[in-house]
Amino acid sequence: MMRTKRRAAFRAVTSLPWYVLLVASAAVILFPLYMTVVDSLQDVLKLLTYPPDLWPRTPEWSNYREAMTDIPMRRYMLNSLIMATTITSGQLATSILAAYAFSFMRFPGRTPLFFIFLSTMMVPWEASIIPNYQIIQRLDWLDTYQGLTVPFLATAFGTFLLRQHFMTLPAELKDAADIDGYGNLRFLLFVVIPLSRAAIATLAVFSFLQAWNQYLWPLLVTNDPHMRTVQIGIASLQSEEIQRTNVVLAGTVIALLPMLFLVIAFQRFLVRGLTAGAVKG
Amino acid sequence: MTAAAQARARRRRRWLQQSLAASPFVLPSLALFCVFVFYPLVRSVWLGFHATDPFGRREVWVGIDQYRDVLTSSDFRHSLLVTGQFALYTVVGSTCLGLYLALLVHRRLPGILFFRTVFSSTVASSVAVSSVMWFRLLNPGVGVLNYVLGKGGLPAEEWLTDPKWALFAVGMTTVWMNVGLATIVILAGLQNIPEELYESARVDGARAWNQFLHVTLPALSPTLLFVSVVGVIFAFESFGQIDILTKGGPLDSTNVIVYSIYREAFLHYNVGLASAQAVVLFVLVLLLTLVQFVAAQRWVFYR
Repeated sequence: MMRTKRRAAFRAVTSLPWYVLLVASAAVILFPLYMTVVDSLQDVLKLLTYPPDLWPRTPEWSNYREAMTDIPMRRYMLNSLIMATTITSGQLATSILAAYAFSFMRFPGRTPLFFIFLSTMMVPWEASIIPNYQIIQRLDWLDTYQGLTVPFLATAFGTFLLRQHFMTLPAELKDAADIDGYGNLRFLLFVVIPLSRAAIATLAVFSFLQAWNQYLWPLLVTNDPHMRTVQIGIASLQSEEIQRTNVVLAGTVIALLPMLFLVIAFQRFLVRGLTAGAVKG
Repeated sequence: MTAAAQARARRRRRWLQQSLAASPFVLPSLALFCVFVFYPLVRSVWLGFHATDPFGRREVWVGIDQYRDVLTSSDFRHSLLVTGQFALYTVVGSTCLGLYLALLVHRRLPGILFFRTVFSSTVASSVAVSSVMWFRLLNPGVGVLNYVLGKGGLPAEEWLTDPKWALFAVGMTTVWMNVGLATIVILAGLQNIPEELYESARVDGARAWNQFLHVTLPALSPTLLFVSVVGVIFAFESFGQIDILTKGGPLDSTNVIVYSIYREAFLHYNVGLASAQAVVLFVLVLLLTLVQFVAAQRWVFYR
């Protein structure tokens, strides 16, 4: 016990140069975020003077209060929350069902259908936005939550990820369930889902992060400021509220915080999802 | 009824039964894909055969001409060139930086988890958040980047309004935004390299640098290829940072493909031309995906 501790201490000392590199690199990576926080706490006139302050001499926390009350940050956050929650739940539902069929059911055309699912991953969303916009326009879904969410309720990536996991469950489970007279739905709800919580959590974190961070689609389908998501909100405030850059930056920090928390809290799930095939948009 | 006919009837019944049982599971996804992926793709191609009048209303069949016009127009070629250059900046930047950071946190040291979290934290930052942050940092007069460069004796630049620097500045923003992702994926790749490979290298007396060159890099090549190709695809799909930082300017120096599609379709209402560009984008991304696939089979070292 003592020896391992001493060895660890020894290693820590010999790794001092390594730590110097680690700290220096961390400082560089965090610097943009740090400066944003500093500027979000400044007086607005201070932001117009040179040289820039590297720390807030008199932090003005009221900027954050202003961001939440004066500019419609609360509404933006609510819209993003509704959008991301709907997309995440929808993607979980559709991909759990599809992945179940592809792993546990036998039906005609199963393999070709799976490849059709996979092929959707090769279509960049940006290449099909014009017809998609026309569809939403014709349905009269502009400036609605349906317009923001319905096109994203199915995910080939999620289906693929969950199928990978479902295939690792022992085949005997299904046989036993058949003998006990479990139907497909009961087997899915009471056996497969409880055994796949980690994989489902991975997909949930992933879907939520992606949905919350969307930019192009919400920009196209929302015009009404009340329907803006937080991403569109801060981007438009940045050009509209030039005299209040500090408040806009406070809003930016507010928009980032929930995702930062999500990424840190669910890091191991995120890593699993990203290494299975990465997408961020 | 003959035995063969009975068997056929049984098969047909089972076929029907299985299809009926599977459809509630598969149809929700399939229906959504048909409406929001496959139909739009076909319609994009169809729209590409049509010219739109300046009010975005009448569509006139012009056939393959519009695709030929897109591929030969100097504007679109310029967009392609800009996108390629942007891909080069961002892929080289985030892959090299990601590799460096992943190597740093690959060592098992006390407190290393903290640094792993810090280095991967930029995945949380959306394109809008990153761009608004960097817009401030890149401010030519009072931004901190020019201030820091000035301290190092380097000249201040008009990052976003100088055609010479704009694409590079947008690239910097993008590298920062993507480096967390690259670090996570490369670190996972490093952790998958079997320890035996290093042991045999150590027996051969390989030094750290040689070990990196002859063991780590070859074993890591599938991961690096993956990160690079995903990076190129991201670059070809980039939009948000351009829209927020430069709006395609100055002098079209940052007018990447997706921004050009957006501008033609939603600002100039030239839906036909934009669709033709979108189809070209689709083909390019498809080719990149196939390149990744073939390259992974052929040239990359696998155990």
